Amino acid sequence: MNNRINQLFARKKAYILSVYFTAGFPNLNDTVEIIQQLEKNGVDLIEIGMPFSDPTADGPTIQRTSEIALKNGMSIKVLFEQLKTIRESVSIPLVLMGYLNPVYQYGVEKFCQKCNEIGIDGTILPDLPLDEFEANYKTIFEQNNLHNILLITPQTSEARIRQIDDASKGFIYMVSSSSTTGAGKKVEDFHADYFERIQSMNLKNPRLIGFGISDNATFTNACKYASGAIIGSAFVSSFNEEVKIADSVAQFVKNMLTAD
Amino acid sequence: MIPPSHPDKPGFDCPPRGTGVRQLTDDRGKLKSINFNHMKYQVDEKGYYGEFGGAWIPEMMFTNVDELKRRYLEIIESEAFKKEFDQLLKDYVGRPSPLYYASRLSEHYGSKIYLKREDLNHTGSHKLNNTIGQILLAQQLGKTRIIAETGAGQHGVATATVCALKGIKCIVYMGALDVSRQAPNVKKMKMLGAEVIPVHSGNKTLKDATNEAMRDWINNPEDTHYIIGSVVGPHPYPDMVARFQSVISAEMKKQLLEQTGSEFPTRILACVGGGSNAAGAFYHFLDDEQVELIGVEAAGKGVDTDETAATLTVGTPGVLHSSRTVLMQNEDGQITEPYSISAGLDYPGIGPLHAHLFKTGRAKFLAATDEEVLQAVLLLTQKEGIIPALESAHALAALDKIKMNPDDVNVINLSGSGNKDMETYLDYFGY
Repeated sequence: MNNRINQLFARKKAYILSVYFTAGFPNLNDTVEIIQQLEKNGVDLIEIGMPFSDPTADGPTIQRTSEIALKNGMSIKVLFEQLKTIRESVSIPLVLMGYLNPVYQYGVEKFCQKCNEIGIDGTILPDLPLDEFEANYKTIFEQNNLHNILLITPQTSEARIRQIDDASKGFIYMVSSSSTTGAGKKVEDFHADYFERIQSMNLKNPRLIGFGISDNATFTNACKYASGAIIGSAFVSSFNEEVKIADSVAQFVKNMLTAD
Repeated sequence: MIPPSHPDKPGFDCPPRGTGVRQLTDDRGKLKSINFNHMKYQVDEKGYYGEFGGAWIPEMMFTNVDELKRRYLEIIESEAFKKEFDQLLKDYVGRPSPLYYASRLSEHYGSKIYLKREDLNHTGSHKLNNTIGQILLAQQLGKTRIIAETGAGQHGVATATVCALKGIKCIVYMGALDVSRQAPNVKKMKMLGAEVIPVHSGNKTLKDATNEAMRDWINNPEDTHYIIGSVVGPHPYPDMVARFQSVISAEMKKQLLEQTGSEFPTRILACVGGGSNAAGAFYHFLDDEQVELIGVEAAGKGVDTDETAATLTVGTPGVLHSSRTVLMQNEDGQITEPYSISAGLDYPGIGPLHAHLFKTGRAKFLAATDEEVLQAVLLLTQKEGIIPALESAHALAALDKIKMNPDDVNVINLSGSGNKDMETYLDYFGY
């Protein structure tokens, strides 16, 4: 089974740009257009956020976009309906990111089957820890060719990183610093020794660095230590009522990929 | 069974877990007759009570929670820890709290009613039992910064108190709505030297304060210990907090033996939000199945309205605040806002121990409305000269909902004092 995430990392070894946005923000039905525009402007991988009422691993920006998205009527059911024909127009890997409870209520097996049917390649569920995933859900995910992406942080012990590497498929989400998303800690502040330590471990899986990536400088710096980086809060903050989605996405991606 | 409010939704069908047999070595020398060999209702090695509990934590919290999980038993069962904990409970908290035979209330109901007076503890509630334990634990772990969430402010005050006692920096997260509703407690925390941070996300109440405290912990993984105020959150918190609160039922057994000739009452009633006072009051009776255990949730304006906090009556299984338990949520798995006149009970979840006691039928859970609770406050006040906290009055209100025989021994865990609720009472009763 070949997964689009693996195809991407086989083809591209550096400067992979992954972008997160919250589905249902700024408007309920912007989802498909945002995805299409991100691909069109050169983004390599997209994380589609499934909003949750209590996003404990997220900072103020994603809390706010989640709250608005929920008010707009977003749910997993609505999102799947919006994404039904996404593979007719989009070919880059798509990952769903969110918290476990909404997935639970939808039904984990049904959720995985639906992802497979639509062409979703992976999930990032921060509050589904490794041991629970392995004990309860691994088989269902594998049957549906769905990679569950796991996180590591500066506090993660070497033994646990090895364990996560063994259990990972696709890539490892390397949290740049000990923080919630968009916490304002800059990549410059990150400990290069953490990045170098992980780099020297020669993990089986490629890594993307996320949290605190907000512009070309932070993106470029992160790319020195991994296959690429993930941008979330900075992207969802870039929407502006006065600018069309197509223009706003084009401008954002251009800024991200171009040095000042 | 879980009420089938979403009949088409799958429940949690998990493989059976270990029986969780663990020999408790807790022997304070006081209670030789206690059976510490809990089997069916104790947490198992993975942190589960039956199908509920666990540690559904993001990787960013793993190192801290894992350290706690590995070390909490060794620390709290050490002789040095027990010595200091017991000493502080006695000399600082003022334990043992009395078990009081409420004769006029007993006469009113035609059955024997005893009150476990947690309202007489320092800071006015059972909350200090837990914060004393956790501050000693935090010191053992070498932590220099304490964070906590609070709803009504009782846990916030209890945390600020032990931080003052130990000279440790304290940050309390409190929903912005609660900050304005509970001004005296906010000022008390500040006077005790704590920093109170109002939380403006969500509905600005306890759930949001808990989210924010967890975010703080994620952002400060090295020096900080999070003192959770109830038997909620990831394993080992539910078990750890229950153990610290278990002093309530340990004392009850001894006092009942002295006063009634038997350490077993007919039933124990306690209010339940997250469920820490109930966990403490039930703890040493869990395996004494002849003792009826009754938890009383906040019905708010009624369990058939949207304004309720009766999680077990209206909730369904789910994962929140790193625990698999019963939650108030909509069909999309978004957490809904609880409501109760009592700020200490408006939590949309419940400790996994209680979810398990509910599911196995070991405990019965009732719900009392705001109106019933206020009447119960007045009844106790005028029959016994004791003004109870709104939270504790939920347990009193349940006396009208159960059948009692004249010889029954009913113990109410009077978890807190009504001092913090005087404004509500004066407004409502018009004095």
